[in-house]
Amino acid sequence: MRTLFYLIIGILFGITMYKSEAASWFRIYEMFRFEAFHMYGIIGTALTMGVVSTFIIKRFNIKSFYGETIKFIPKEKGFTRYILGGIIFGLGWALAGACPGPMFTLLGAGFLPISVVIIAAILGTLIYGILREKLSH
Amino acid sequence: MNLIYEPWPWYISGIAIALIMLLLQLSGKKFGMSSNLRTLCTICGAGKQVHFFKFDWKAQRWNLVVVLGAIIGGYIAANFMTNENAVLINSNTIEHLKTLGFESAGTAYLPLELFETRVFSSPKTLIILFFGGLFVGFGARYAGGCTSGHAISGLSNLQLPSLIAVIGFFIGGLIMTHFLFPLIF
Repeated sequence: MRTLFYLIIGILFGITMYKSEAASWFRIYEMFRFEAFHMYGIIGTALTMGVVSTFIIKRFNIKSFYGETIKFIPKEKGFTRYILGGIIFGLGWALAGACPGPMFTLLGAGFLPISVVIIAAILGTLIYGILREKLSH
Repeated sequence: MNLIYEPWPWYISGIAIALIMLLLQLSGKKFGMSSNLRTLCTICGAGKQVHFFKFDWKAQRWNLVVVLGAIIGGYIAANFMTNENAVLINSNTIEHLKTLGFESAGTAYLPLELFETRVFSSPKTLIILFFGGLFVGFGARYAGGCTSGHAISGLSNLQLPSLIAVIGFFIGGLIMTHFLFPLIF
């Protein structure tokens, strides 16, 4: 039952990524050239609603569907990992035109070369795991 | 406005993303897609060698189900909810892409120069896709999240680290788009 619920959320997410064109390489390129409001509008709207919903859940201590307390784990403090990791991610995001959600949506949409991006992203994660102790965080 | 067949405007898209995050929050889960890449490493057996991948991946199964849904959603949207594939980006952007050799700009959902099946016989394109994915995977884990985990859920929870990461995303994206693209393409 819960599995079906997450599957439906995933399907809605996939449809949203495709129909919003957030999964389009062209939209990402256009965003980084500041030549359209589209992507900023999407992120801005989602973020504004997200700030409000997160605030309401915390403020009124709203419970989950299953009656549990909803926990928000704060991100670890730091700077280096966030700025360096962020820059590396941004380089890849602009080049491949896809982030870790939409890349799967594009696979479903039938763009087979995206499988190269997905495999490489898994490999990139693996390399991070291996180098983790040596990196400055 | 036809939400079945036409592309969604930004406000509908933004509301949909926020609702998806809200549904996950109300299920007691976190909206974050890149953690699935780590889970996939663990399933492939990386936990035997590398400590970072040693965790109970079954606790993350719900998120893999979300990924499966994202694949199915892409299939549904592309096959049953689309009349016209072209993404109508700014005409200046189209002009600029043509100078870089992207003739498909303004006529397709993704640049055919990078995502048509024939690129499997183009080593240069495969290398481009490979490094794009590699940086996304490495960077997301180093930064502890991607667009969903930092830009949407992290910033929604007013996390300073997420703001730093998102600034990083943009520095990287701007360097790639403005300085490296003319060298690569």
